[in-house]
Amino acid sequence: MSLLALSDITVRYNRLTAVRDVSFSIDEGEILFITGPNGAGKSSLLRAIAGVTPVAGGRIDLAGHEITGQAPENIARLGFSMVPEGRDVFGSLTTEENLLVGTGMHARDRGWRSRTAGELEAVYATFPMLKERRHGQAGLLSGGQQQMLVIGRALMTNPRLVAIDEPSLGLAPNINDQVYERLIALRAQRQLTLLIVEQSSARAMMVGGRMILMRGGQIVLDGDARTLGSGEAIQAAYFGYEDH
Amino acid sequence: MLQILFDALSLGSLYALGALGIALIFGVMRLVNFAHGDVIAFCVFALLWPSTDAMAIVFAGQLPWYLLVPFVLLCGAGLSVLCEIVVFRRFRTGNPATMMIASFALGFVIRYFLLMLFSSRPKSINLLPELSQPIEIFGARLPLLQLITIIVTMLILLGLTLFLRRTRFGLEMRAAAENFSMARMLGVRANRVIMGAFALSGALAGAIALIFGIQTGTADIQMGAAIMLMAFIATVIGGLGSLAGAVLAGFLLGAASVIMQVMLPIDARPFRDAFVYGAVILVLLFRPQGLISARGTKERV
Repeated sequence: MSLLALSDITVRYNRLTAVRDVSFSIDEGEILFITGPNGAGKSSLLRAIAGVTPVAGGRIDLAGHEITGQAPENIARLGFSMVPEGRDVFGSLTTEENLLVGTGMHARDRGWRSRTAGELEAVYATFPMLKERRHGQAGLLSGGQQQMLVIGRALMTNPRLVAIDEPSLGLAPNINDQVYERLIALRAQRQLTLLIVEQSSARAMMVGGRMILMRGGQIVLDGDARTLGSGEAIQAAYFGYEDH
Repeated sequence: MLQILFDALSLGSLYALGALGIALIFGVMRLVNFAHGDVIAFCVFALLWPSTDAMAIVFAGQLPWYLLVPFVLLCGAGLSVLCEIVVFRRFRTGNPATMMIASFALGFVIRYFLLMLFSSRPKSINLLPELSQPIEIFGARLPLLQLITIIVTMLILLGLTLFLRRTRFGLEMRAAAENFSMARMLGVRANRVIMGAFALSGALAGAIALIFGIQTGTADIQMGAAIMLMAFIATVIGGLGSLAGAVLAGFLLGAASVIMQVMLPIDARPFRDAFVYGAVILVLLFRPQGLISARGTKERV
């Protein structure tokens, strides 16, 4: 059974339809890129899964539970961790406090305290610069450091599926490479399922995995990133040309 | 001189506690809660037995102080949480202006409820009379209550700071105040945090009610509104949503009022408040974002 399944999801902002009848599913351990031009509805789709944007129609299932219309905090409890666009670091909190915000939902579990400490060490091992700045204000970190912080913060919740909205936004290319390097390593380490939104398909082609291309709120292509990316179909789909 | 300092500090304490109550709620749900002042008034009247007689029938107010204080704090917290559940929860997804109007309306409901039970006449109450005794410090004679007000306020501020900095609930509250939807995506329960903020704010209202009630020796359904106005101004000057700013501005306002009372020429003293508000306008002209701007309320670019 798939970890996340969307069927006929529609998202509307007043009269504007951002996402129209989108269906797809992700299996455990899969990496899925959602790409497409600005305004394709990628972010709206992620926000709808996370529960922060209401769904106008359709159904979403996560790990065997229907989550359509559920509160974000309940969806997070089922193992969905979101890294939104623009990172959304809690700037006035320290780096370590940022990492700890999401651990509270498991506070009733047995052995929570020691597991949290372990998770913290694991995140610090992956991102050593976070440990150096652990007691510094998170708002003062650089863009790349903040991106690593929010990925670390998402991991601290012990998720099954991590969704990341435009991790490349506003980052220098070499920093971006670093972010992806860590992400791929983490995925292998923890058997994470990843759902990554990117505007360009270049990154998806480099990393590999499955890719969905959205345009105008709908899925236009769905397949293997490398095969799709090299073909001409992607350009046509991306820019909306018709084949002649 | 010492007398002025203590006057300023104790008046500032009241404003600071009031401002804190407003800032706490504004922080988590962007609501300027104009009903806060009426929660304060409610707490004072909670000490009396309902009657429209001119004479106050002190009821709960006769409790010894160690029961009286928790009783009033609980009244404030309880009413405040009730307001959240019954009213504000329905407007949470609405726009801030709608919520603000709702808080006005709710304030009137509470006020007229009190009016119905107690009539509009201010009643004289005599709570903990032993606190009105003057004591002598460094040659100045000060009412004991003033000293206690200042100490209690400092303790409350210290306690609140520790609560926000050291506890998990405090951490979740600070995260939610900065970015509510992100906090929820990390599993922070919206209802719990908002109810916590309302409970704290209500307890602060209870503390103000006690101090103010003992200080003035009257119970008046209008009494909350007066403090509320100053407290609201303090939250705005302090930078809406910034707790430290609210406290700082509260003390500054208290100090400004007391100092102007002393420094202004005799003829101008009746217009003291005009001067205080004038100073407020000046501050806002130079720092429209408030003394300490809250990061969370900044627009994203």
